[in-house]
Amino acid sequence: MSGFFDIPSDLQHSWLGLVGLHLREALLPVLAGLVVSLPLAQLCVRLRWLYPPVLWVTTVLYAIPSLAFFVLLIDYTGQTELTVMIPLTVYSLVVLVPAIVDGVRSVPPETLAAATAMGFGPVRRYFQVQLPIAVPAVIAGLRVATVSSISLVSVGALIGNQGALGNLINDANIYNRPELAVNAVLSMAVLAILADALLVAVRLLLTPWMPRAGRRRPAADVPDPATAALEDAVR
Amino acid sequence: MFGVLIRIDSVTKRYPDGTVAVDRLSLEIPDRSITVLVGPSGCGKTTTLRMINRMVEPTEGTILLDGQDILQQPVNTLRRSMGYVIQNAGLFQHRTILDNIATVPRLLGWGKDRARGRARELMERVGLDAALAKRYPYQLSGGQQQRVGVARALAADPPVLLMDEPFSAVDPVVRKGLQDELLRIQAELGKTIVFVTHDIDEAVKLGTMVAVLRTGGRLAQYAPPAELLSAPADAFVEDFLGADRGIRRLSFFPATGLALLTTPIVAVDATAEQIAARATGEAPYLLVTDLDGRPLGWSEPHELTAGSIDPGRLLSHGRPFVPGTDSLRAALDCAVLSPTGWAVAVGADGRATGVVSQQTIAEAIRGAHAAVPTDAPAPHSLAKGGPADAKVAG
Repeated sequence: MSGFFDIPSDLQHSWLGLVGLHLREALLPVLAGLVVSLPLAQLCVRLRWLYPPVLWVTTVLYAIPSLAFFVLLIDYTGQTELTVMIPLTVYSLVVLVPAIVDGVRSVPPETLAAATAMGFGPVRRYFQVQLPIAVPAVIAGLRVATVSSISLVSVGALIGNQGALGNLINDANIYNRPELAVNAVLSMAVLAILADALLVAVRLLLTPWMPRAGRRRPAADVPDPATAALEDAVR
Repeated sequence: MFGVLIRIDSVTKRYPDGTVAVDRLSLEIPDRSITVLVGPSGCGKTTTLRMINRMVEPTEGTILLDGQDILQQPVNTLRRSMGYVIQNAGLFQHRTILDNIATVPRLLGWGKDRARGRARELMERVGLDAALAKRYPYQLSGGQQQRVGVARALAADPPVLLMDEPFSAVDPVVRKGLQDELLRIQAELGKTIVFVTHDIDEAVKLGTMVAVLRTGGRLAQYAPPAELLSAPADAFVEDFLGADRGIRRLSFFPATGLALLTTPIVAVDATAEQIAARATGEAPYLLVTDLDGRPLGWSEPHELTAGSIDPGRLLSHGRPFVPGTDSLRAALDCAVLSPTGWAVAVGADGRATGVVSQQTIAEAIRGAHAAVPTDAPAPHSLAKGGPADAKVAG
């Protein structure tokens, strides 16, 4: 009888190795998504007419199943991590772009007027006023994107060994070892919860200026991203 | 006489859709005084203010600052030389109070310590507790936030202060406090302030000069407040000033000249002889004071029994006025508040210094009218009367 953490040799990783791989495949796309979303969202804020089409495009992209993406990409990027991470990056946009747009738009008009009147140029105003005030909204978006990405990485198993912890589910089938599937699900859930907690901590650190009335019942007003992600995982 | 600092020369703002926000407006804004732009909503007062720091660019006309076209210097340099205070303060919610105030000095390249030191000075100047320095805006009341807004605008010591309805979002008691504070700060610093409000009382209280604008962005009248109240240019201005402008105008006449009677005043422990001596018939009532000389109330002399005067049974005396600082309006108000029709004058320490009847006050008002011709035409000019000459705290 093999143990819970005995990983079949075809995966060429220890359990911790899989965890590391999983985190890399899940988090790099979110980071890339953030890098793309920030300027895109700022364009949408400045050019109002651009926002609806951008929102439409990101939603349509999100509706493309990952398998279809793999089929398209595999000719160019092969059976690599990159083939998994590109769709994940695209998926993160559907959450991040509106989150950043809403965040930047939530800056009160009188705050913006005051900044302009005090002699802030547009660039300085963006980095010193709008972006810092948008931090809570941006991090709320990052939480959903991160947790969803962690669960979505497992589809990489479809193109060979690129699903990290997700490959365990496949192996559970091949080797008739159901505990590997349980391991995969539990490990991903724990990773998602830890990543989410880390982002909450970052937000608390970055926003000492926010009213802390909600401390007694944290995140009661935010839909739990872990739940959303588990629903996503079915895709 | 003050010089002119900002000259607005037949400025028009027309929007692409054809709306005219400001229509050929010309104003000369005097140096080191408060000029108030007042009018109903849609009269272009905020647009006018925002044209001075180029947040709105005029379609036609020029604005000169100290003789120089404001288009001639870089826009952010211009803006950093003008403090700006806005409704709801518009503080940076993500910065501490101290860093909010230090914003413009930091933009001007001051070091962090120097900017924060300056911010601390200003907190004191606007009456903010130093303990608030490390707080964030959400932890402050509306009135405190507005003080921070004023401090932030003053931080780089700009010669010009633009204020856009700064006090209209706070309750009346706090607003009065902020207005008094602004007058006090202005007396110390002597800035050129352009102040936008829709509240004519605020305009009359704060303004050295008041520009009344009508809907469509046209100037209806530009005059010192006393002149505005005594000689409104037309029906629109008269209407805008409201019903009791005659009474309000009395704020501009000091109560110093009133002839006070000192005889009809007795202390609460007065003897029968003292009461008899004071009841000379100069006034039908006697003012009873406490042992420190502070007014308690009025009574007819025959109602007073020496040794057993009951302060609870005296007639009320209204809100006493201070002849040195208050106006005829305060004196009249005190007289009409008391059922006796007599006003009580007190010193700064609250002790009664004399009493005066409605008739005497009415004579003083007639005298004041005679001294200032009220039916003279009020031209749209500021040639008449230096700013701040007839200003009385009211």
